[in-house]
Amino acid sequence: MSYCFEIKGLDLFYGEFQALKNINMNIEEGGITAYIGPSGCGKSTLIKTLNRMNDLIEGCKITGEIKLFGEDIYGNMDVNVLRKRVGMVFQKPNPFPMSVYDNIAFGPRTHGTRSKAQLNQIVEESLQKAAIWDEVKDRLHKSALGLSGGQQQRLCIARALAVNPEVLLLDEPTSALDPISTGKIEELLLTLKEKYSIIIVTHNMQQATRISDNTAFFLLGEVIEYGKTEDLFAMPKDKRTEDYITGRFG
Amino acid sequence: MRNKRSEGAMAAITWIGAILTIGILLYIIGFILIKGLPHLKPSLFALEYNSENVSMLPAIITTIIMTIIALIIAVPLGVCAAIYLVEYAKRGNKAVTLIRMTTETLSGIPSIVYGLFGLLFFVTYLGWGYSVLAGAFTMSIMILPLIIRSSEEALRAVPDSFREGSFGLGAGKLRTVAKIVLPTATPGILSGIILAVGRIVGETAALIYTAGTVAQIPVSPMQSARTLAVHMYALSSEGLHTNEAYATAVVLLIVVILINLASTKLAGRFGGKAQG
Repeated sequence: MSYCFEIKGLDLFYGEFQALKNINMNIEEGGITAYIGPSGCGKSTLIKTLNRMNDLIEGCKITGEIKLFGEDIYGNMDVNVLRKRVGMVFQKPNPFPMSVYDNIAFGPRTHGTRSKAQLNQIVEESLQKAAIWDEVKDRLHKSALGLSGGQQQRLCIARALAVNPEVLLLDEPTSALDPISTGKIEELLLTLKEKYSIIIVTHNMQQATRISDNTAFFLLGEVIEYGKTEDLFAMPKDKRTEDYITGRFG
Repeated sequence: MRNKRSEGAMAAITWIGAILTIGILLYIIGFILIKGLPHLKPSLFALEYNSENVSMLPAIITTIIMTIIALIIAVPLGVCAAIYLVEYAKRGNKAVTLIRMTTETLSGIPSIVYGLFGLLFFVTYLGWGYSVLAGAFTMSIMILPLIIRSSEEALRAVPDSFREGSFGLGAGKLRTVAKIVLPTATPGILSGIILAVGRIVGETAALIYTAGTVAQIPVSPMQSARTLAVHMYALSSEGLHTNEAYATAVVLLIVVILINLASTKLAGRFGGKAQG
């Protein structure tokens, strides 16, 4: 079994507040790993450490080790290269205020792709992978802000795929969407997991059971339980996990 | 019952306030149009100014040149300062507090003080004499706080989610600012620039001290020249061409109204965009 991420002894502080406590976790390559837990339990914080988005937050301190395919991401790795290799989709769809085409082409252009033909190909492929090509192919050069919320989120997934990442991080990607759009994105993730390692933060336990292979349950900055999704939901080992998944708190 | 009465009184007071405000504005515009329009003749737009025909065309051209030079100096400086404040400076940084305090102080200074400074520094100390250049530099210092302030507001209005999206794709700070943040903030920055243009067009005191009052088209930026507002002031203070002064006021009024409309329109577009 090979791992995309190996996390060892990770502690994270926002100023004085410790948001993550001694996280140790290996994340399988390929497949979908879901992070569940009540609000404020540290699941979103952890996912943000994986592509160093928390660098942007002032007063955020990290100790411990995170390796991406064996390389320490807080060591010598260029943070922009890291973020190219580890793509991210955010809770609220955030297409740039430009055309659909330019949204997708922004990443490849950032990393040096200039040829028009190559960009055209990347844009089409990425949109097809994100299952939104048919809906936008006639309006590639119109503003992306005119799309529906669900379409915008799939566009953001396409945008992340366009730089050819190895891992895809999704931070509650469907929490702002209606059930039909959510269904489409879940289907999409199931097809994408063949090619990418996917880590998804979700509030929705049904979603975790529907799509993930492994699940980690977080509480107050700690990983309480981490294992195969069917095991975790069918026979939770920890009382707190059981309480959470049966809806006794959270 | 008493409640109702005081509510009625309040409504009446606000009504009177609103009507008075609009009334005064309409009165001024009407007054200037009635006094000025009949005297707005084609001869006032002759290339040459002389004592028989006090043409305002040289002043219009000077105003345009002055505005362009002042913007060339102030816009890059002001926008860069705003980018530093919003995108680069850390919170609680001492430099930020200092820059904010400076811009706030600068924006509160009466324009005549800028004029005196320009006279001492550009005209006398640097030896530029009364010149378009000295006037333009003085104007650029005067509008700098306005441009910094409006650019800062426009940049802050760009949602952080755009920055996150860009960083998340592996774009660096420079690229994020240049390709995502700045284009999104452009309408807001532009509306600030247009307001600054309005201040230059309407300025007199600071310009009389720095650019002088020569009424011809300046051939070089080192020559003295008068803008439209200065021209109007000169005509009315000389007292020989009051009618032409009113005609000039009509042109000035129309320019300022157009500038304000353009600024409001851009700002409105910006607001709509930021929400979408």
